[in-house]
Amino acid sequence: MADESLFDFLHMEIVSHVYKEQQNSKGEMDNKDRAVCVSVLESMGFRVGQGLIERLTRDSPSFKDELDVMKFVCKDFWTKVFRRQVDNLRTNHQGTYVLQDNKFSLLTQLSSGKQYLDQAPKYLAFSCGIVRGALSNLGMDSVVTAEVSVMPSCKFQVVIQKL
Amino acid sequence: MSRQSNRTTDSKKMNSELFTLTYGALVTQLCKDYENDEEVNKQLDKMGYNIGVRLIEDFLARSSIGRCQDFRETADVIAKVAFKMYLGITPSVTNWSPAGDEFSLILENNPLVDFVELPDNHSTLIYSNLLCGVLRGALEMVQMAVDVRFAQDTLRGDNVTEIRMKFIKRIEENLPAGDD
Repeated sequence: MADESLFDFLHMEIVSHVYKEQQNSKGEMDNKDRAVCVSVLESMGFRVGQGLIERLTRDSPSFKDELDVMKFVCKDFWTKVFRRQVDNLRTNHQGTYVLQDNKFSLLTQLSSGKQYLDQAPKYLAFSCGIVRGALSNLGMDSVVTAEVSVMPSCKFQVVIQKL
Repeated sequence: MSRQSNRTTDSKKMNSELFTLTYGALVTQLCKDYENDEEVNKQLDKMGYNIGVRLIEDFLARSSIGRCQDFRETADVIAKVAFKMYLGITPSVTNWSPAGDEFSLILENNPLVDFVELPDNHSTLIYSNLLCGVLRGALEMVQMAVDVRFAQDTLRGDNVTEIRMKFIKRIEENLPAGDD
């Protein structure tokens, strides 16, 4: 069984690679390049999220409602993927959810506090994709973004798309 | 009691899946970005190298293994400690060259390739090539230049996965300029 640290190492290298590649083909990076990098990482995460949730919920009964799904994501799914539960879940009961993780596992190695704050989005794109992918396989289309004000605390905003 | 252990095993398994699924997503992305398998293999090796040079510190910190006396000891540590610690498997060390500078790691099963199948148009892709880079990078940090390559690969039809490791030379530590 693969050790937890392997994912951390691999993830950091993937982020590094994606940004390096984008930079190489352009020489320097502008906001559009950064958006491309985030998008690539997010779509990789999406595939992974789909795969993970499929294996996790293989034998579980279906969920009662949207809130039930989100609670599952915050507890079981978050524990399995990010090694802890979401600390706080808020919703406006109209399809928007905010998941707060005060010690987000992918950020704890970067720093605590304000240093490297501008680097944080790079390391969150993949995770946003994981969440979006998981929800997608549970029948919920969403837009997932993440926001950091003080590392390693992180807020994920999930907006369920109504058809 | 048993419920507790189930959760730990599940949690480790899930993390294993996170890693293998992420690795799969990486290889898929690289295949999209690069025209041919050769280039993907090179990128995987390079990325593995970058991981290896950092992984070695994690390994040394967690395993408290001292300096290896020779290449044979290195081989044992790689197979019995490192592979066990990071991938949960213990490959066997075999096929030593007469000079004692080359050996094979035989992996009965390779966790990276769970649920993976190579499509026909990627027959020269070395899916797990990241591993070669990791080993090369890690050993370079302990002053050993090695050549690492896959000799057999279950994804390409072989019965086992075989990684061949060859000792090239000892890397002299670069001492900072003295006062002379």
